[in-house]
Amino acid sequence: MAKAEPELVQMSRHVSAFRWPDAPEEEKFSVCVHCGFCLDVCPTYQELKDENHSPRGRVLLIKEAAEGKLPLDESVIDPVFTCLDCRACETVCPSGVQVGSLIETARGQAHAAYPPVGRAGTVERIFLRGVFPHRSRLRAIGKFIRFYQRSGLRTVVRKTGALSVLPHAAREMEAVIPEIAADMAVDALPERIPARDAKKGTAVLFTGCVMDVFFAHVNEATARVAVRNGLEVLVPREQVCCGALQIHAGDREQARIMAKTNIDVFLATGADYLIINAAGCGAALKEYPDLFRDDPTYGQRARDFSARVRDISELLVEVGFEAPKGHINKTVTYHDACHLCHAQHIRSQPRQLLRAIPDLKLVELPDSERCCGSAGIYNLTHPDMASALLERKMDDIPETADAVVMGNPGCMMQIRLGVHKRQRDLDVLHTVELLDEAYQKEAAEQ
Amino acid sequence: MTSPVELVRAMKEIVGEQHVIHEQNKLHVFSCDGYVARQALPRAVVSPANTEEVAAVVKWLHEHQIPFLPRGAGTGLSGGAIALNNEVVISLARMNQLLSVDFENLRAVVQPGLVNLTLTKQITGDGYYYAPDPSSQSVCTIGGNLAENAGGSHCLKYGVTTNHIVAAKFVLPDGEVIDVGQPYGDAVGYDILGLVVGSEGTLGIATEITVKILKKPQAVQTALAMFDRVEDASNTVSAIIGTGIIPAAIEMMDQLAMQAVDKSNFHVGYPPDIEAVLLIEVDGLAAGVEEDAERVVEICRQNHVRTVKIAESTDERALWWSSRKMAFGATGRISPDYIVQDGVIPRSRLTEVLQRITEISRESGLRIANVFHAGDGNLHPLICYDSRVPGETEKAIRVGSEVLHVCVDVGGTITGEHGVGIEKIEDMRYQFRDEEIEAQIAIRRAFNPNDLCNAGKLIPEPARCVEVKQARRIIEQNVEVFSGFQEQTAVTAPDSTS
Repeated sequence: MAKAEPELVQMSRHVSAFRWPDAPEEEKFSVCVHCGFCLDVCPTYQELKDENHSPRGRVLLIKEAAEGKLPLDESVIDPVFTCLDCRACETVCPSGVQVGSLIETARGQAHAAYPPVGRAGTVERIFLRGVFPHRSRLRAIGKFIRFYQRSGLRTVVRKTGALSVLPHAAREMEAVIPEIAADMAVDALPERIPARDAKKGTAVLFTGCVMDVFFAHVNEATARVAVRNGLEVLVPREQVCCGALQIHAGDREQARIMAKTNIDVFLATGADYLIINAAGCGAALKEYPDLFRDDPTYGQRARDFSARVRDISELLVEVGFEAPKGHINKTVTYHDACHLCHAQHIRSQPRQLLRAIPDLKLVELPDSERCCGSAGIYNLTHPDMASALLERKMDDIPETADAVVMGNPGCMMQIRLGVHKRQRDLDVLHTVELLDEAYQKEAAEQ
Repeated sequence: MTSPVELVRAMKEIVGEQHVIHEQNKLHVFSCDGYVARQALPRAVVSPANTEEVAAVVKWLHEHQIPFLPRGAGTGLSGGAIALNNEVVISLARMNQLLSVDFENLRAVVQPGLVNLTLTKQITGDGYYYAPDPSSQSVCTIGGNLAENAGGSHCLKYGVTTNHIVAAKFVLPDGEVIDVGQPYGDAVGYDILGLVVGSEGTLGIATEITVKILKKPQAVQTALAMFDRVEDASNTVSAIIGTGIIPAAIEMMDQLAMQAVDKSNFHVGYPPDIEAVLLIEVDGLAAGVEEDAERVVEICRQNHVRTVKIAESTDERALWWSSRKMAFGATGRISPDYIVQDGVIPRSRLTEVLQRITEISRESGLRIANVFHAGDGNLHPLICYDSRVPGETEKAIRVGSEVLHVCVDVGGTITGEHGVGIEKIEDMRYQFRDEEIEAQIAIRRAFNPNDLCNAGKLIPEPARCVEVKQARRIIEQNVEVFSGFQEQTAVTAPDSTS
């Protein structure tokens, strides 16, 4: 007995702190060789200069928690949730560590260990589980905001200071919510839109949640440019939100439910491609297989599904697009959404589309691949870090630019906020909005 | 005896509440640097903002006899920033400002935490750059470069860090601040700056560093040459230098290194059957560069190169360089762990040394990839191992040591640019006689009498050597008594008889 105790103590020390299924995998964290090349591209390390908040630090914390050398306490959870999941580290990592996947699975463990309470709990209950998975509720919220914007209620609310009940970050966002369209694209667009000219393939348009409520016109523009370039576009009504925000929050269970619906809906259409115009959703859709590592049936279905997901800019370049003839006499700069450049390696295609527009001048945005601080709902959960990063992004946008262009609704909201705070005369646009405008002008000019 | 509470309170008073990390679980990420074979927890991590705060922190620690060490980006490859003695780590990461630039006189004053490449980025718009370029330049700091006397690919032509640092504000281990070096002109009196550069944080902490900056060369040409045989590549290097051309850089990678890096994001597409690739860069005035590049290509051809080409665009050149500079980290693609060695040899012995390394690899069963600054004979054998296999870490350390001994045997040294740290401290004995080590210890004592500042790094204690030998003798004479501990002793006291 005298010998048994130290062994037990030793054993208990080596029991993984990740006790739930779908944990960070050893084959992923053991790839890190601790070289540190990721430190200086990490926005949170740049701000805090604390290795706990660096990619190499986070991977080490996840590894030690997995090995039972650290408990799943604040020392692990705080850095894992302070991560923007922007994946800038993956771009520079010589060893190929999939930091995003490690962070997301570690968040899954934290979520299982400590179901969110307080503000995060409220956000999750109301939005991540309550609203986003349900299109009818999303639609209702959209309608309410539209009523709020158009009825004069907004003016009253703003004047009476009733908004002060909202947290500061949400109050700031209220100011920059775009004018909401009468209908979401998923309702407004026909279920099948035939291709113009020779057909190059059939593509399902993924309309998403935030994009469709706040930027329905971008979805419509996406459908138009796809059809214009020989794609038959399908808009299945049964599709739901992609689940990226749930994955980022660690709620993988809810994400799996939504993913299954989308996989079923898409595969039933037999379409060649799934078009997505939101970087964060695109990355999540392409990474669905990661959610079903322990599910052979849906694992295979998820792989079939993900193999056909394309960002709109990626697809247009892949199948070939016709250069528009309509002129747009503007100077624009392009911001690389993290989940386009780092997660999906899409950098040249959006620029290629923009350069094809006659008279449009594209000027370089310094450090264009650095996160703007939006990062899903990060700007609501970590407002201080998000706002520091937004300030840096705004500082970088060239004075000469008439518009800043990007491919993600989260970034669009965040940068709209930056423009609003600085009172700059600057449009915030999605890449396809400009392309669509050029095509429209071409039709008008002819 | 100072209590931890007192320490934390004092540190917070100097640098501010949020810049002191002391909770045990938050210190794990500071348990090692780029050298992962040893780990130790510091007692706290303190991040000062300026020279005054560094001096105040050091002064307090000195008064309370608490050991400490400086840390930059923590990318060092010899373990210089590992808190073997449970030190207080003084992190210089927040001190990352470019303080001033004097373009006319080619000088810049920087804080130690400024990242090497960031300095270049901040002055590149004006047509200037900072020449020393360690592979980790996108993340390593100038302070760390000073401590390690870092090298880099372009040091063949431009010299290593010590040739580019002209002055520094330096906090001595008792907290006193001195100025060393001369911003303009060379050292007057003893060259204290020369001593401080490369002292691996054992003599004090540089807090403001004056560096030379250079005008960017008018033209650059980069060639990529692939060889069927290492020997041909090696002969090419000697032949190029033999003709009087001094290329900005000549880098070599062997087959295993090429395989690793081709699996990474920085894929070049090397043919799988070539034995060596050379990356050769010439720079200078446009007219001469063109001509030099042609001669380099010609020399490659004379030495049986399979293919040689000049970079056609800046993108292509950048990819070739990334492929070379990311090679260490890319070794993670082919092995869970690795140790990077850093020997220097006379260039003419390259082929023979590589053969010897191949033999060591075969004998030990550990794969070794080779990446090196071929122009100045600085080898970086990457010893692949798996720390999860019991005993393999120790074996890798021993293999690393053997490789260094080969370097010393052919007239070279045990480090070109990564420093001695804890990794090569025992190999110092192979390089130097006891008297020579004693002399170095005397210098260290003059600066660091209580040995509070990064103890146990760089210079081995001769006394310990004697004790270890004696302990070994006693163990050998009493095998039966000590048999149970043998394995442990082999780990803690490696190689002094082997």
